[in-house]
Amino acid sequence: MFSRTILSRQLLRQSASAVRPAAARSIPAFAAPPAPASLFFRRLLSDQTRQAIDKAVASAPVVLFMKGTPETPQCGFSRATIQVLGLQGVDPEKFAAFNVLEDAELRQGIKEYSDWPTIPQLYVDKEFVGGCDIIVSMHQSGELANLLSEKHVLVKEEAEEPTKE
Amino acid sequence: MAESSITESSIKAALEERLKAIHVEVQDMSGGCGQAFTTLIVSLEFAGKNSLKRHRLVNAALKEEIAQIHAWTAKCQTPEEYQKEQAATGGNDGPSFEGTSGGKVDGVQQ
Repeated sequence: MFSRTILSRQLLRQSASAVRPAAARSIPAFAAPPAPASLFFRRLLSDQTRQAIDKAVASAPVVLFMKGTPETPQCGFSRATIQVLGLQGVDPEKFAAFNVLEDAELRQGIKEYSDWPTIPQLYVDKEFVGGCDIIVSMHQSGELANLLSEKHVLVKEEAEEPTKE
Repeated sequence: MAESSITESSIKAALEERLKAIHVEVQDMSGGCGQAFTTLIVSLEFAGKNSLKRHRLVNAALKEEIAQIHAWTAKCQTPEEYQKEQAATGGNDGPSFEGTSGGKVDGVQQ
C-alpha cells in the first residue's frame, strides 16, 4: 500500500551515509585534551542529523517515523498508527515512512528533533502532530479526518465527477 | 537493560506531585518486566491545553522515567472531562490499551 516507504528510506540512508565521513573525521578530537564530561556524554543532535531529518520530514506531506515498515510494523503502537492512517484513507503517494530501527542515529535524533520521547511520530506538512495516543484519540474525535482533508492528503473519492463549467 | 526502579506507584506519586494530578491510574502492561506503562491522568493543569500540549507536559514531568522504559501511553483529562466520561459511560475506560495485544505490549520481553 505505502510503496514510497522503501524509496524514502533509501533517501534517508543516503543522507545519513553522507553524514558518516564527517563523523569519522571528528574522531581524532577524542585524542585531544579531555573536554568537560558533559560534552561527551550529553547527546546532542548534530547539524548533519538535523538536516537529514529536516529532509525526511519534508519528503512527503504525511511522514511517519515508526518501528518497522508499514507492511510489517515491529511495535504495536506503530501498527495502530499505520492502521489509523490506512482507515483515514491517506494517499500512499503523499505518504512516507521511515523505519527508525534501521538507523540508530535517526532513532535517537528524531526524539530530540521533535522533543518527543517515543516512536511512532507523525508529521503532516512538516508539522509534528503527535504519537500513537494522540493519533488514535484524534482519529476517534474526528480531528484527524479534518486535518487530513484540510491538507488534501487523502485518496480522492471516486464518486467525485469532474465539474462542468 | 538495567533493572528499572520504576513502578506503578512511583509513577503515580510523581504525577500527583509534579502535575498536581487529582486522579491517576497506572497499569503495567509489560507482563512483569516493569518497562511499559499505560496511564490515565486527571489534572487541572490540562485545562485549556490541546492534546499535544498535555502530552508534552506529561513527557516533561516524567522525562527521566519515560527515557528509561520501553513503552509509555497516557490519556490526559481535566477533572471535568473525566467526570463527563464517567457520567456518559457509567464508568471510565481508564488507561488506553490501544497498540497492545491483550493489554501487553509487543516486543517488550525480547
